[in-house]
Amino acid sequence: MSLHTLTISELRDKLQRGEVSVRQLTQALLDRIQAVDGKLKAYLWLNPDDALRQADAADLTKPLGGIPVAIKDVLNVTGQPCTCASKILQGHISVYDATAIRKLRDAGAILLGRTNMDEFAMGSSTENSSWGVTRNPWDLERIPGGSSGGSAAAVAGHEAIAALGSDTGGSIRQPAALTSCVGLKPTYGLVSRYGLVAFASSLDQIGPFTKTVEDAALLLGVIAGHDPLDSTSVPAPVPDYQEKLNAGVKGLRIGLPKEYFIDGMDREVEAAVRAAIRQLESLGAEVVEILLPHTDYAVAVYYLIATAEASANLARFDGVRYGARVRGADVLETYSKTRGAGFGPEVKRRIILGTYALSAGYYDAYYLRAQKVRTLIRRDFEQAFQKCDVIVTPTSPTPAFKIGEKANDPLQMYLSDIFTISVNLAGNCGLSLPCGFTSQPKLPIGLQLIGKAFDESTLLRVAYAYEQSTPWHKERPAL
Amino acid sequence: MAQRKAGAVNYEAVIGLEVHVQLKTQSKLFCGCATEFGVEPNTRVCPICLGYPGVLPVMNAEAIRKTILSGLMIGCKITRFSKWDRKNYFYPDMPKNYQISQYDLPLCLGGAVQIPGKTLGVTRIHLEEDVAKSFHFDTTSGVDFNRAGTPLMEIVSEPDMRSSEDAFAYLTALKEILITGGVSDCDMEKGQLRCDCNVSVRPVGQAKFGEKVEIKNMNSISGVKRALEYEIPRQIAALGRGEKIFQETRRWDDEAGKTSVMRTKEYAHDYRYFPEPDLMPVTVSDSLLAEIQQLLPELPEAKRQRFVRQYGLPEYDAGVLVANSTLANFFEKAAGKNPKAVANWMMSVSDITATPIQPVQIGELVAAIDAGQISGKQGKDVFAEMLATGKSPGTIIKEKGLAQVSDTGAIEGFCDQAIAGNPKSVADFKAGNKAALNALVGQVMKLSKGKANPQLVSAILARKL
Repeated sequence: MSLHTLTISELRDKLQRGEVSVRQLTQALLDRIQAVDGKLKAYLWLNPDDALRQADAADLTKPLGGIPVAIKDVLNVTGQPCTCASKILQGHISVYDATAIRKLRDAGAILLGRTNMDEFAMGSSTENSSWGVTRNPWDLERIPGGSSGGSAAAVAGHEAIAALGSDTGGSIRQPAALTSCVGLKPTYGLVSRYGLVAFASSLDQIGPFTKTVEDAALLLGVIAGHDPLDSTSVPAPVPDYQEKLNAGVKGLRIGLPKEYFIDGMDREVEAAVRAAIRQLESLGAEVVEILLPHTDYAVAVYYLIATAEASANLARFDGVRYGARVRGADVLETYSKTRGAGFGPEVKRRIILGTYALSAGYYDAYYLRAQKVRTLIRRDFEQAFQKCDVIVTPTSPTPAFKIGEKANDPLQMYLSDIFTISVNLAGNCGLSLPCGFTSQPKLPIGLQLIGKAFDESTLLRVAYAYEQSTPWHKERPAL
Repeated sequence: MAQRKAGAVNYEAVIGLEVHVQLKTQSKLFCGCATEFGVEPNTRVCPICLGYPGVLPVMNAEAIRKTILSGLMIGCKITRFSKWDRKNYFYPDMPKNYQISQYDLPLCLGGAVQIPGKTLGVTRIHLEEDVAKSFHFDTTSGVDFNRAGTPLMEIVSEPDMRSSEDAFAYLTALKEILITGGVSDCDMEKGQLRCDCNVSVRPVGQAKFGEKVEIKNMNSISGVKRALEYEIPRQIAALGRGEKIFQETRRWDDEAGKTSVMRTKEYAHDYRYFPEPDLMPVTVSDSLLAEIQQLLPELPEAKRQRFVRQYGLPEYDAGVLVANSTLANFFEKAAGKNPKAVANWMMSVSDITATPIQPVQIGELVAAIDAGQISGKQGKDVFAEMLATGKSPGTIIKEKGLAQVSDTGAIEGFCDQAIAGNPKSVADFKAGNKAALNALVGQVMKLSKGKANPQLVSAILARKL
């Protein structure tokens, strides 16, 4: 029996029946990490003793009792490093728990270790990490997607039962698609951002990586909910996401935005997504054409708003209170030396872009205009959801690309989030799940489902119906 | 002086003030840390006010209430939909390297502060977080973050002031209003009230403003006055020499009594304001506004007018008593039937509230004099004793045996003795010399050891003669 390949719900049964102990399970994962992480490099930090200590204290009556979960290096866990894969936070140890982390602890989860990412969540390939590249478990020459590439690779490579990531423009869904796991970006305001190191505050959300839709529903139920420490978290009760999983798709309307089936999309990706749509139809869903007319502007709007917010959010990394410091002759020189040495090129590029967009004389033309178009994009979705219950699109226009392939072409890299970015701008929820593989080489393809705001239940219900009627989630990478 | 000549041209100053006021709240603006000062550096801090990675601000509702109350006290329109913005600049005293402030939708708009003979406009009041405090040592610097995140209200005036006296009166009146409302203690020494001046000069009669200079680093209201008294003539003299004034920021050096250039316009910050995505906009409901309106105190100017009307005080007395709210409260408790006399006693010392005397005791003293129990002269002795011991006037009168004798039987006896013993005075009086009565009164007072009520003595003597 390979414990590490099982899902949360399977393991919950085994643990509760006493077939395995939490210590055995945790040890199995530590062994797996030992065996494969040299190749994958999904983890940045691991403390086996601490993980086993948590295992010994685990409470099986809790919803995630004894389940080892990997954490993206952007979430604060007391006593653990939190570097956001940046040199500027080298050596920084968290002094508090993020709310999502506290909820995981309260639910009995074991906080296994910290996963790699693009520096400050800026990137789509995890190549922007200061600590090295994470590999795709399906093809070690390829990227796992990003920015939560470490969490995706850890779950897809069975180095964790589940993981948390963060999604600002697709950073959960795109790596989930490229590694064949389930990744969910909750509606903005559903999960507290307290303790998530901010990239773009109005777009960031924490969400789960899991092997199945059922596990995603379980994990989401644990981390969701109002938090007085996050003013943008919504004060509404959390529904039971598992309750309606089995309700099927009969009578549901599936919206197809024609703007999302573009030239330049990989032929096999398009074929897999169209097949998935037919599958949903055969399960009883009704397919309707919808319009999202402002889709073309999404990437431009995103790179103005996200970088503007990031330029302020990342200002605090100055070497004065924590993290790395490079001394200069005076304060100003200390700032520039610290930030010059601490930030990588992509982070610098975005800080400069955002600073420019907010500058006197440019604000109206860039930031303000972008906010207006963002409103139009949000309206596109509101109107579309009057005609349908869930929108279906590809998650990424291509399967995983090769390491280094787009590293010198930021614009090409930005386009790999073209299908996911709008969802963050609109604030809706989105989910990616496996919908097939390319043939030569065999690489995962992801199906994106987009839901109404705070309607994760329907999103999960459609995803579950599709998953249960297809074989894709059972496939495992040969590692 | 409101105007000043340079050569043939008569110049006037145009002054606007930006006043920063720390609000008197239990906790900081965006976290639960106590707003407590004079304590060990960096002991009133948490990840939020230190700007640690991943933290988020949560708004302090009491700070919003106190800002709205301030706005209502100076007649502002309360913005029903207000929001937060980030003001970006790097400085070690700024934990996030941006300050959460309010840019285009401040909580309060418009309003005015009354000074004698003038109404000075207030443009806006907004709320923001205070920064930390830097300390410079021989070779290093340190930052104390205890102050970082304290609610700080910025009150921006219209450019309505024309002299250093106007500025002084504006600050004094504003401070009194804010203290009266319990919004802040406004102690400038503790940095609870800070002020920057914008000042320009222009030829009298010219509508266009001159180039404005911002002055920083004044540590008292009189310091603001001194800085303006230096800066206005400096600008006028420069223009008189044919020089130009450029927009710049100058630092006031109180010891040297001079301003000097801090930074010129080329180095002005571009703060890159944008809406704070971590906080929801502030909506002020009807019920919240109504609730705060209930808290509106009587303002100094209204109270001064009431003191004149209700207590019949002269304008001067009312002004003195209202200038300090504890003094005004003391007066209202003591006033009784003769408020003017109470005011006189109160104003005979520099601060009655700093003495052991209780309001009710001043009332008793005035009543004892008015009832003829003691004379006005005796009253002064009693008052001195009250100041020294805090004893009540009744106790002092009893202990010192000061009570006037108003027992007509006893006085009549003394009067008879005096008439019998001073036939010359009696004869003089009867001959029409009214002053001769005073000699007889004096004799009675002597016989009574000064305790007889002099008015009563005069009346009895006159009757007997």
